[in-house]
Parts: sequence; structure tokens; C-alpha cells
Amino acid sequence: MWEFVNYYFIPGLVLGCIYALGAIGITLTFGILRFANFAHGEIMMSGSYLTWTVMAIAAGAGLTLHPLVAMVPAAVMVILLFLATDRYFYKPFRKEDTIKVVMASFGMMLIIRSAVQVIWGPNQITFVRGIAKPNATLSEITANWGLQIMMPNKHLFIFAGTIVLVIALGYLLNRTRIGKAMRAVSDSPDLAHVTGIDVDKVIRATWIVGGICATAAGVFLVMDTQMLETTMGFRMLLPMFAAAILGGIGKPYGAVFGGLVIGLAEELSAYPWIGTAPLLSPGYKTGVAFAIMVVMLIVRPQGLFKGRSF
Amino acid sequence: MSEPVLSLNNLRAGYGQTEILHDLSMHVNANEIVALIGPNGAGKSTAMKSVLGLLNIREGSVVLNGEDITNTPAQKVIERGISYVPQTNNVFVNLSVQENLEMGAWTRPTGVEARLDEMYDLFPDLAEKRGQPAGSLSGGQRQMVAMAKALMVDPKMLLLDEPTAGLSPKYRSEIFATIQKIKNTGVPILIVEQNAKQALGASDRGYVLVDGANRHTGTGAGLAADAEIARMFLGGGH
Repeated sequence: MWEFVNYYFIPGLVLGCIYALGAIGITLTFGILRFANFAHGEIMMSGSYLTWTVMAIAAGAGLTLHPLVAMVPAAVMVILLFLATDRYFYKPFRKEDTIKVVMASFGMMLIIRSAVQVIWGPNQITFVRGIAKPNATLSEITANWGLQIMMPNKHLFIFAGTIVLVIALGYLLNRTRIGKAMRAVSDSPDLAHVTGIDVDKVIRATWIVGGICATAAGVFLVMDTQMLETTMGFRMLLPMFAAAILGGIGKPYGAVFGGLVIGLAEELSAYPWIGTAPLLSPGYKTGVAFAIMVVMLIVRPQGLFKGRSF
Repeated sequence: MSEPVLSLNNLRAGYGQTEILHDLSMHVNANEIVALIGPNGAGKSTAMKSVLGLLNIREGSVVLNGEDITNTPAQKVIERGISYVPQTNNVFVNLSVQENLEMGAWTRPTGVEARLDEMYDLFPDLAEKRGQPAGSLSGGQRQMVAMAKALMVDPKMLLLDEPTAGLSPKYRSEIFATIQKIKNTGVPILIVEQNAKQALGASDRGYVLVDGANRHTGTGAGLAADAEIARMFLGGGH
């Protein structure tokens, strides 16, 4: 029982949080700019490299920065990267067929990954050393209630960070002028245009929100795996798209829900449900996300939260 | 006679290579409802879109209160005081009624609260539905939301593209009554209508558009009574 909770369910939720944050950016881009951004995973990945660099520079000056702090300047740089790619690579294609801007984002994906490999090298980098020990206080408290929950600090930070970001996103989309305008443009860009809404401003806001969530997703991922890899963004791309489609394209809450489902499904697929061997070899985890995406596209292409269908 | 609020002077306009408006001249005065009628494909909606800068005007001019706004982008046209209600997809279906109205006020972000109250006075049905998604409303109610949304900027001129298309006779009459109420608040209205007889009946003046040029002009009642126009466009249907 506690093995299931500590080694499958909690890691599944952690992975789900990471997918959820990544999928928010994908679904917002899809809803508002109307294209599938293949470079989203690479933007995430570059965010975690930038965070690592900020921490390394601070360490050189004798300062120990927590990744959640170092993430802030990194997120600013990621947002600038997003805005620059939009201005020079996506905007010129905005009035053309969607496939052109999708291909542009595919090219951007390769450019960003190669640039990261040139700057930081193609090999793995250790993000944080050592084994993450379970939080002793949490174990003690839960033990008093007869629970045996073991969670390292990094997972607590990931949960807390995700909750804060999702609440902030909800506030933005439902309570602020720019957030409502983002939903309006996602609803109908033509009507937004003849309503006088500044669509360019809404697009910039979308990249900013997507950039913050993508950086957080990337940093949470490397906090969890403790490893930086240049291919990590690409590996995340499929499950993030699966999460966005599961929740319904253009639906940020759907993306959060979809992310949690995909994360849990991937981890739980490796639990020994029958006998003592894992139900699915952990090597097939990504296959689970892919299977969910394919089934969803066949059975309910608009997603669980009634997003846009293809 | 005072200067018209909006005038279209010898417009030639179209999409890409195709020219749809060949020589259109019309104007709307203060405190006037003007109907633009004509057969399908005559260029009625195109005339409205050309005012909004949604398509390229090759010759002629659009003048708002003496100011030339030919080929001005939509956002600037709206900032200058022209509000437009498209024929279809004219509300944000996933936004609540109130959020739709707030979006209508995008170019005029001050005094939104007071403006909202005025709209709920003008459209009492909407007040109780303010929290509902606009997509859950009936066709007639959506049309009310669309008009209220357009009025949020306190426009100098309101353009309505076929506001009664697809609505039941009961709602059609209600929409025309509302248009009259809007006019009484001091906003002149240009209305494009397929439903010519009822539109002319509710309008002060009308223009009949054929093949991208205005063919007949007259008072609403006069055009509705004209035998030739009756034979050509009004039919017996409506």
C-alpha cells in the first residue's frame, strides 16, 4: 500500500504537475495563436539550463540559490526568447496557412536544441547532487495519523509551485482584463479584431504566461530527475501534447487535468498490478501517453473539457 | 442641413483582385436609422466591412464626422467611435454575458461599471443572465448581447449586419424595437438587412444596393411602397 503511494502515486502526481505546466503553454498557444508549437519542449529545456547557469554564477559568488529563486531571472530570459521567436519566426507567417508556422516552430525546435548543445555541450549535467531524502517532519506528522508518506523536499516544492501557478493562472484568466481578452481571442480571433481588442498585446501576454509555465515545468523536471539533458524537452513534448488534447485544446484547466492524468497513467502503468512484475516495462511509459492521445483523438477529439477539435 | 455622421463617397473596394463595390455613395445623419438592402451578393456586408478597414478601398473615401478614415485598421476605427456587430459569430460563446460586454469596452476602459449598468437598463433580459456563458443563450438573446457589447464604447455610429437573420418573427420585432431604443439614446445606426420590408419600415431612410452600386435611395416608407423595388427585392415572403 505505502509502496504504491510513495513510489508510484506521488511520483505520478509529480510528473503530472510537470506535464500540466508544460501543457498549459501548448494549449494557450494552440487556442490563441492557432498552431501546435513544437518548440515548446525546447523552450522548457532552455529554461532549466538557464536556471542552472544562474545558480552556477551565484555559487561562484558564494551564494547558494534555490532553483525556485534562480528560476525567476531564467523565466525572464525565456520570455524574451519566446517573444523574439514570435517576432522573427512566427509573426511573418501569421496570415498564411497554419502549416507554415507549425513548420517554423519545428525548425525553431532544432535551432534551440542545437544552440543549447553548442553553449552547454551535449552531455548530461548534474543539476543537484546526492540522494533526495524524504522530508523527516512530513514523515513524522503523517506517522502520527498512521500514514507512512515519504516525500523528498523537491516534490513538496514541485507541488507547491504548481498549485501557486495554477491558482495565479485562474485569477489571470477569469479576473483580469488581459486574461479575459486571452479567452476572447481563443474563442474567436475575428470577433476580437472587430471588437477592437489589441490582438498583438494578447499574443504577447500568451507568450509571457506560456514562458513562465514552461520555465517552471522545465525546472521542476530537473529538480525531480536532478539531471540536465538537451533531449529532455523533446521527450516531454509528446506527453504534453497528449495532456493538452486529453483536456481539450484551448482549455487551460483541461491541460492541467490532462497533465495529471497522463503523469499518473505513465507511472501507474509500471506498477505490478498482476503478479510481481511491472504491468508495463518502464521503458514503455511514453507509449502510454501516446496511446491515450490516439484513443482520445479517435473517441473524443474535442477532449474532456470540450476544446477545439481538429 | 448639417454634416452627416458617416459618409461613404464613391467607394470602389473588394477582396484581392475581385472588386465588389463599384461605385457606392451613401451617408447616415445624426439621429437616423438607415437601412441598406439589396439582393444576395450585392455587396451590403462588404460595404460595412470596408468601413471597418477589413478590406482594401481602392477609390473613394469613408468620412466619420468630417474626418477621413479610409483604410484605417479596425481597432483605430473602433477607437474613433464606430461599433460593428457582425452577422454571425458576434458573441464570445465561452465568455459570460458580462465578460462579453467588458470586452466590448476594450478601447474605452474607463467608466465600464457605469456603462454596464446602462446596458442592463437598455437590455433588461441580460441583467439576470450576466453570469451565464453567452453560448448558452438563444439566438435572439445573443443578438442582444452583441448589440450591448457594441454599445459599450459609447459609439458615435453603430453598424449592424443582418441583426435578424435566422430569428423567429417574435424576436425580429423585438430586435427592431431595441434598435429604435438605441437610436433614441442618440446613436445613429446603419443596418444591413435581407429582411427588407421590415427593415425599411423601421428605418428613416434606405438605400437599395445592386451589383456594388446604389440603385435607389429614399425614405424607408417611400422605398417600401415603391412598386419596382417591391417587385425586385421585397417579394411577398416576409
